[in-house]
Amino acid sequence: MALQTSMRWRYFKEGVFFGLVRLSAFLLTAALGGLLLYIFVNGLGVLSWDFLTLPPTDSMTKGGIMPAILGTLYLTTGAILVALPLGIVSAVYLTEYAKQGPLVRVIRVGVNCLAGVPSIVFGLFGLGLFVVFLQFGSCILSGALTLGILILPTIIGASEEALKAVPQTFREASLALGVSKWQTIVRIVLPNALPGILTGSILGIGRAAGETAPVMFTAAAFYTAKLPSSIFDEVMALPFHIYVLATAGTHIEATRPIQFGTILVLVGLVLGVDLIAIVIRSTMRKRKRW
Amino acid sequence: MTRKLKEILIRRIFFLFACVSILILGLIVTFLFREGIPIFRVVSVKEFLLGSEWYPTFDPPAFGIWPLIVGSFIVTSFSTLIAVPLGVLSAVYISEIAPRPVKEIAKPVIELLAGLPSVVLGFFGMVVLAPWLQDTFDLPTGLNIVNASLMLALMAIPTISSIAEDALYAVPREFKEASYALGATKSETILKVIVPSALSGISTAVILGMARAIGETMVVLMVAGGAAAIPESLFDSVRPMPASIAAEMGEAPFRSDHYHALFATGIVLFLLTLAFNLIADYVSHKFRETGSGTL
Repeated sequence: MALQTSMRWRYFKEGVFFGLVRLSAFLLTAALGGLLLYIFVNGLGVLSWDFLTLPPTDSMTKGGIMPAILGTLYLTTGAILVALPLGIVSAVYLTEYAKQGPLVRVIRVGVNCLAGVPSIVFGLFGLGLFVVFLQFGSCILSGALTLGILILPTIIGASEEALKAVPQTFREASLALGVSKWQTIVRIVLPNALPGILTGSILGIGRAAGETAPVMFTAAAFYTAKLPSSIFDEVMALPFHIYVLATAGTHIEATRPIQFGTILVLVGLVLGVDLIAIVIRSTMRKRKRW
Repeated sequence: MTRKLKEILIRRIFFLFACVSILILGLIVTFLFREGIPIFRVVSVKEFLLGSEWYPTFDPPAFGIWPLIVGSFIVTSFSTLIAVPLGVLSAVYISEIAPRPVKEIAKPVIELLAGLPSVVLGFFGMVVLAPWLQDTFDLPTGLNIVNASLMLALMAIPTISSIAEDALYAVPREFKEASYALGATKSETILKVIVPSALSGISTAVILGMARAIGETMVVLMVAGGAAAIPESLFDSVRPMPASIAAEMGEAPFRSDHYHALFATGIVLFLLTLAFNLIADYVSHKFRETGSGTL
């Protein structure tokens, strides 16, 4: 009898715990799902070909967001051009060359710390180094360099994972044939790690496209009449555009539809890019030959 | 011989590249200090950190960032209180309870949501949550601590959940099987065997989530309300450090005291998040899970 009640009590606790767990999963899904749905429903009506391809008119209350889309594209491309080579080479050194020891540990901790630096601090850093000290001014170059540094840890992390996932036997087989270490890396290790590295870089692109704070002081302009003609021009950027329209100026209510439309474009862009990365990764995992 | 030389050369070059991260950290410190230190000619470090008045544009100006520090800590603490239970429990759900198809969808979806731009959450807080809070609780403004904490929590949960799920997933199957073999129920196994074994990973998740919340700019800039005063209730507005930097940098004249003070605020923020990250790193290495082999 005592045993029975104690079993019943244990199952009761089990029920309560599972209820709590299910409830929190449900709450989370509801909150984030609701948020996405809200954005989608409100933004969809605004989207049109003109919205995507025309510049803003009538002091930003009408027209499209083409310069902001283009600006985000420029900044993100620049960021990936900075971060990708640096990130891959760092990761190759850390996984293929470095002997485990205090120095490698320091580099690893450094990468982790860099990953945790707040984006606004990257903004200050970009302002201090690129805009002021190197006198690039507020422009695409400064913004792209700042964003590139911001996503560097993401790329290093993802590339390291990908390189580590290449079986040790591949390297040994190559070395046993008398191939040098460098050639082994270039011909055997890197090609096999490529999908993983690609995934990481795409996730980095998504992150760079969505960041606002780092480009505020380094690249973004409230409004530019003409499109940028060189990397030393200021640009508009999607996240900054949303922030500015939603908080500053005298037409906050009048530009609400434009804000929703811009949000939908940004979210679509970032989540779309991330989704591509995730799909690549899962198909590659399934197709893996080892 | 040339081949060997080439190998050594490549190794050296790669080493230099690998040090770039350290170099960048050094540069960040250098440039934050270069632009931030001059403020300490105007105010002492103690006055700057503990002064309770932040009136950078008044005459005479007051540069005390204590209200900003308090603001940052309050929104971070409250968002952590909301985000940790929800994040960890949903990680438990995905890793231990959810049926297989749900699991396979939920994992990438959470990862996807971790990439949601923060300006979007800030916008949502401003346009949806703020008016609702204002009406429901009859407040002067819906842009306050509660709103900022909720939005920060929503931002941090995917991060916490994703890392915690990895930690739970990494617990060896044998642990679970041994627990079941002793007659433990599923919830007992989860609470007394799986979660404790994954505790270092879960702690790392929590610390990283907090670091993300304290450094987050757009959410607090848009929904915390921006009042640079020590709050008296949860429905008061605050001005966390990142919000102050982002809002004022555009207006601060180049190399004025105000400009230097904002960089100095950046130093404080940088050191705080650095501390969080070093603790997270220490925890994840010191208390690393023991594998089944050591049992």
